[in-house]
Amino acid sequence: MIRNQLLVCAGGACITSGEKSVKDVLVEELKKNNIEDEVQLIETGCMGACDLGPIVVVYPEGTFYQKVNVKNAPLIVTEHLVKGRTVPDLLYSEPVGEKKAHTSAEIPFYARQVKRVLRNCGAIDPLSIDEYIARDGYFALAKALEMTQEEIIKLLIDSGLRGRGGAGFPTGLKWKAAREAVGSPKYVVCNGDEGDPGAFMDRSVLEGDPHSIIEAMTIAGYAIGAQKGYMYVRAEYPLAIERFDYALSKAREMGFLGDNILNSGFDFDIEIRIGAGAFVCGEETALLRSIEGKRGTPTVKPPFPAQSGLWGQPTLINNVETYANISQIIIKGAEWFRSVGSLKSPGTKVFALAGNVQNTGLVEVPMGTTLRELVFEIGGGIPGGKKFKAAQTGGPSGGVITADYLDMPIDFDTVKEIGTIMGSGGLIVLDETSCMVDVAKFYLGFTVDESCGKCTPCREGTRQMYQMLERICDGKGKDGDIQKLNRLAETIKDTSLCGLGQSAPNPVLSTIRFYKDEYEAHIGEKRCPAHVCKHLLVYSINAEKCVGCTACARQCPAQAIAGEVRKAHVIDQSKCIKCGSCYETCRFGAISKE
Amino acid sequence: MSMNLEERLKENPELKKQVDELNVFIDEHGTREGSLINVLHRAQEIFGYLPDEILEYVAKKLNVPRSSVYGVVTFYHFFSRVPKGRHTISVCLGTACYVRGGNNVYDKIVKTLGIKAGETTQDGRFSLDLVRCVGACGLAPVVVIDKDTYGRSTPDKVVTLLNKYA
Amino acid sequence: MKSLDELKRIKDQTLKEMDLRQAKERGKIVVAMGTCGIAAGAKDTLMVIIDELSKADVHDVKVVQSGCMGLCDREPTVEVSMKNQPVVVYGDVDEANARRIVREHIQGGKVVTDLVIKRENI
Ligand SMILES: Cc1cc2nc3c(=O)[nH]c(=O)nc-3n(C[C@H](O)[C@H](O)[C@H](O)COP(=O)(O)O)c2cc1C
Repeated sequence: MIRNQLLVCAGGACITSGEKSVKDVLVEELKKNNIEDEVQLIETGCMGACDLGPIVVVYPEGTFYQKVNVKNAPLIVTEHLVKGRTVPDLLYSEPVGEKKAHTSAEIPFYARQVKRVLRNCGAIDPLSIDEYIARDGYFALAKALEMTQEEIIKLLIDSGLRGRGGAGFPTGLKWKAAREAVGSPKYVVCNGDEGDPGAFMDRSVLEGDPHSIIEAMTIAGYAIGAQKGYMYVRAEYPLAIERFDYALSKAREMGFLGDNILNSGFDFDIEIRIGAGAFVCGEETALLRSIEGKRGTPTVKPPFPAQSGLWGQPTLINNVETYANISQIIIKGAEWFRSVGSLKSPGTKVFALAGNVQNTGLVEVPMGTTLRELVFEIGGGIPGGKKFKAAQTGGPSGGVITADYLDMPIDFDTVKEIGTIMGSGGLIVLDETSCMVDVAKFYLGFTVDESCGKCTPCREGTRQMYQMLERICDGKGKDGDIQKLNRLAETIKDTSLCGLGQSAPNPVLSTIRFYKDEYEAHIGEKRCPAHVCKHLLVYSINAEKCVGCTACARQCPAQAIAGEVRKAHVIDQSKCIKCGSCYETCRFGAISKE
Repeated sequence: MSMNLEERLKENPELKKQVDELNVFIDEHGTREGSLINVLHRAQEIFGYLPDEILEYVAKKLNVPRSSVYGVVTFYHFFSRVPKGRHTISVCLGTACYVRGGNNVYDKIVKTLGIKAGETTQDGRFSLDLVRCVGACGLAPVVVIDKDTYGRSTPDKVVTLLNKYA
Repeated sequence: MKSLDELKRIKDQTLKEMDLRQAKERGKIVVAMGTCGIAAGAKDTLMVIIDELSKADVHDVKVVQSGCMGLCDREPTVEVSMKNQPVVVYGDVDEANARRIVREHIQGGKVVTDLVIKRENI
């Protein structure tokens, strides 16, 4: 007889924070106290609040313990489970104030979320197909198999679901095209490449609720007339691969995959393909080449994958989060789906909050939520009393949303209007210490590395832009650089072969649009307002604070610091290589950088 | 290489065991369409890297032109044609890690070990890589050593960390 | 797996196992698990209550533990708070009495008067 259940978050971040050893300690303690038969421990997928990990939730109370470690984990057993006393030190409390939250519902980070895509993540055991079924899993498949292909597709079109992989293309129309395309066999593909550095919702769904993707891909197979599916996962996600693979074997065992699924006469199976570290493989045509075992270089569209995809056959490709919406739409209908979100972007969106924000992690909110709600109410604002500067969305294909747009509802169309894209939902918060030129350079460096080299504008053009930015950050910018950057950016956008090149200039264009003054300061005044660009910094020693300990002079690799013992030192600016060693060495705060 | 692989297999039981292991995988999965990348993943797991003779061997077994195998191996970052160190350090420079100072952590490792990304220390202890996002953004900056992920790293912490790996 | 019925069976079966994680709105039973409570057999009381509820197919009442309630001479003590009803504390709740509380109070809706040691004023 089980009296309590311990849900231990085994998402990526919690594992990184030591979840495995915490779990071992809990198991050990349960045994020591002879209650291992009464208390069940379950490892779940990601619960979302990544910086609170490792997280342990005790049911039936729903008590939410955070930042559990091997030292305090035994208290959960000896205090809570044996003596019935909550462990106050492990409860969450607001950064300001004394109030402690007992359950996740009392924590602002969770309270404002609407969990649809993530509804099972952190709530069920991802290794248990039964628990998935208990949450209505595979009922959508059973229902879909009794519908006609047209009915399913009409339902999707009515729902207004748009692809969550970045571009926001209407999913129903894509399925329709794939169904109507002539050719056999057809294929269903799931894009789990999640290349945007800063996004990890697809990973969480694959790790925390793998069956939801299997079910949706199977429904897709039925709706377009395909019998074979491919799950493409990036190699950087070994745990996602392992859990998905396990889920596949369970689904086969139960007959949700294989021949004659649920006695419907429909056959379908899924194979996993592992990426090998190439960002461009997130682009759909490149991804298809990679599944074919080739170099992942994109091809010109049209033809679109729906007409000519894998091995030239009609192929439906959708993103993980897109698939994660399908089953619930089948069960609950188009109206239900449209009941949250904005008119043209219905439903929810999962964002990966990261960067300089208090609460990092995965949050699912209705489309049309404002940046202010995301960053300040859910994200808890900026740590260290710093000022919010901007949020970057869309990764290397996107741009920034500035403080002026904090109250703009965020959906596919509104962000486009201000020059960025929704992308996969990575949302990196930047505070006043971020230099926007440096951020643009960072993204462009990424594209230069990841350009596959097939077309010239992307291969050479992005490199040229990168070198210009490098010059600007090194204090060698020239008048007219901004115009040149703009012109080259437009050319690359217009002439690149695939989405990678076509969107690569966005981070530069977007930051020029909103932070032109920063570019001008770098170019004209040779100054980095955020004090980030190394070569534009000036280090100097405050004679009043300097005690003459000589530590900095000994550290300086360029012998640029002179001075006698116990007397104030000075930096010879002509010798200084701006490495910052002195700044890090000084224990008296006597060195400033500007 | 003076001897061809087949001759060396006769003399080197260790190598033969590894190749046999690869054969098991190829027999099971190699016939599926487009299996080249999966086979290369397995080969790299077995050998630690992808020696040229193994690439040649894979090409023959899968009946794929050697040029295609070479093309694939050089396209994807994950594959390495040179031996790796006993431990692989991957410093994440995805966006979240970058804005939280991942580059300082990287610089510190470069200083400490005297190698840059893509290189291996002379004693064969460490290889260093830069990666773009391992999906643990909530704990940025992140460093991965072999299969262990370390969050909230700092230049100081990472030096202590390296000492744990012999 | 060949039919919807089979699917439903698995769902119902598993829901029972996941029952602890569901929201339980109708009420709460608190078993005091202080040192004296445990010494007096509160652990067995707790398990019996859970067992009895499950047998009776009651899934909307939560069973939780608490620390000492300060009524040491009447341990094991159990507090029952049902929605919109006054809170009742029972004393000397051994296994047999635990079963009575579930049957008479939780299922039958009648307070087990002879075990009451404290009652909230209405
Ligand atoms: C450079 C580039 C990278 C992309 N990376 C991803 C990715 O990592 N994951 C993804 O789902 N879609 C990615 N896409 C979008 C895909 O090409 C494609 O639009 C998507 O998989 C379609 O699925 P959806 O309609 O469900 O969004 C990328 C596109 C480009 C141009």
